[in-house]
Amino acid sequence: MEEHAAISRAKKEDNHIGGIRSKIANIVMILPYILSFSVFIILPVALAIILSFTNFNSMTFPSFVGLSNYVNLFTTDSVFMQKILPNTLLFAVVCGPVGYILSFLLAWMLAQIPKGPRTVIALAIYSPSLTAGVAMQVVWVAIFSGDANGYLNAFLLNNGFINDAIQWLQSEQFLMPIMMIVTIWSSMGIGFLAMLSGILNIDQELYEAAYVDGLKNRFQEIIYVTVPSMKPQLLFGAVMSVVSTFQAGAIGVQLSGANPTPNYAGSLIVNHIEDYGYIRYEMGYASAISVVLLLFVYLISKVIRRVLTPKE
Amino acid sequence: MSYQGRKINPKHFHPSQIKFYLILVPISLFMILPIIYLFTTAFKPQEELFKFPPSIFVQNPTWKNFQDLFALFASSSVPASRYLFNSILVTVLTVLVSVVLSVSAGYILSKKQFKGRKLLFEINTLALMFVPIAVTIPRFIIIVNLGLIDKFISNILPIVAMPVGLFLIKQFIDQIPDSLIEAARIDGAGEFTILFRVIIPMVKPALATVAILSFQSAWGATEASVYFINDEALKTFAYYIMTFTSASSAATQGISAASALIMFVPNLVIFIVMQSQVMNTMAHSGIK
Repeated sequence: MEEHAAISRAKKEDNHIGGIRSKIANIVMILPYILSFSVFIILPVALAIILSFTNFNSMTFPSFVGLSNYVNLFTTDSVFMQKILPNTLLFAVVCGPVGYILSFLLAWMLAQIPKGPRTVIALAIYSPSLTAGVAMQVVWVAIFSGDANGYLNAFLLNNGFINDAIQWLQSEQFLMPIMMIVTIWSSMGIGFLAMLSGILNIDQELYEAAYVDGLKNRFQEIIYVTVPSMKPQLLFGAVMSVVSTFQAGAIGVQLSGANPTPNYAGSLIVNHIEDYGYIRYEMGYASAISVVLLLFVYLISKVIRRVLTPKE
Repeated sequence: MSYQGRKINPKHFHPSQIKFYLILVPISLFMILPIIYLFTTAFKPQEELFKFPPSIFVQNPTWKNFQDLFALFASSSVPASRYLFNSILVTVLTVLVSVVLSVSAGYILSKKQFKGRKLLFEINTLALMFVPIAVTIPRFIIIVNLGLIDKFISNILPIVAMPVGLFLIKQFIDQIPDSLIEAARIDGAGEFTILFRVIIPMVKPALATVAILSFQSAWGATEASVYFINDEALKTFAYYIMTFTSASSAATQGISAASALIMFVPNLVIFIVMQSQVMNTMAHSGIK
């Protein structure tokens, strides 16, 4: 009893004397994050929205033009409507779900084998995501290189599948599929690890109970036990996969070595932003494209969240 | 089929696992093959690079590609060591700052009641979807207005706030019982002592994970060198390699691979060293 009273007295004193000091300490702790977060993440998004309503060439002060950037984007920019938008949609619709489902299935299979081999195989699957950027470009450009020395060409020539080397990365027909393969290859990143660890942490008793209740096979096991028990990790993985899919937007330019890509075959929204922003210096227009991209990501994530949020 | 004992995370090999190996092993080979290529090409001498048909493996490994890479730098005005030094400095500082920012903010968001706390975390979760590449223009404008163009620090500042870092650490701190913090407070610990003596030792796996993620983003970052910095002497290694590899041809394939390897290996080593910590963190990664 006495001890209890001492504790509550100590607490009170703490509130009186240490209260202000600890308040200041708390503010000091959270302020740096809030500041850098606001200045380099929130503010740029806000600024992009504002600039999207202006005409801005980066030299003179931006002039307000209302919605005309958006109107132009959707009505007169034929490259955007005919190439960029369909390309981006196709790319996102293929890479997002395929990468996501694949990472779930791989994670699930990995959870069925013992730790030693699991760690090695998981590392092999995860390591491509570490190559993002420079290393990825070097590897795949060599594999799909257009001369007879490219690995794929050499393999196909040698086995008599083709007679002449194919310019894989300069071809309208092949560039997009190659971009998809490379993106999916490198997409088993942090979302994949989250799912793997989510599956491994499911309580074993849930499975036992479910089998007692009449679960029949592995497939039912996934549907009725695994997926419902790891919805939070599935959601995290989904958000990460959406982001990395859109962030990978520069890949067509990296592979083909040109912006715009050959006849825009591999150009995505991100390249269009760069094209207008840094090649033509139409920053207002480029900002409008950025806003459309951010809205895109936001809407997709919103839908995913609705589907995957655990029901209370 | 009835329940047959342990299935998830088995301790030992069992014939029923063979079907999984049959799928997993070929897929992991496909995933790792380009990386093996990277390693072998970096060590291939000229004549093997031009051999037809090309072979995946190297017969006479050599360091020549690496020597050539650094010789190439020597002919430019800024030596390779300078770019490398810049990159190391940028990476070390970014990792340190972003981990400290994430853990201190994560502690407050997790354990303190204040107005706007929920909203702040909600905005941060929303920012997980943030696509940095979409806002290079406004970021450029902000950097100009802060007078940070051509300042070394503009390599670091834009990437220290990591929404995913704060998110993971906050979820992890949520697991720490309040009574531990209360006990430390009764012992007379101030807020900073609690943060450094109680919280940080308990969330080490999450810190390691955030450090890895921040390392990867800083080590490979080219945004600042491309847009915010004109002074060659302040740019990073990743940037230099990027400009070099985008102009590459078959003749420089070996050098490209050598430089790509320099970019890739640190990521790999750090991940291997810390992978168990990462898995531990990911168990708490869910968005609820």
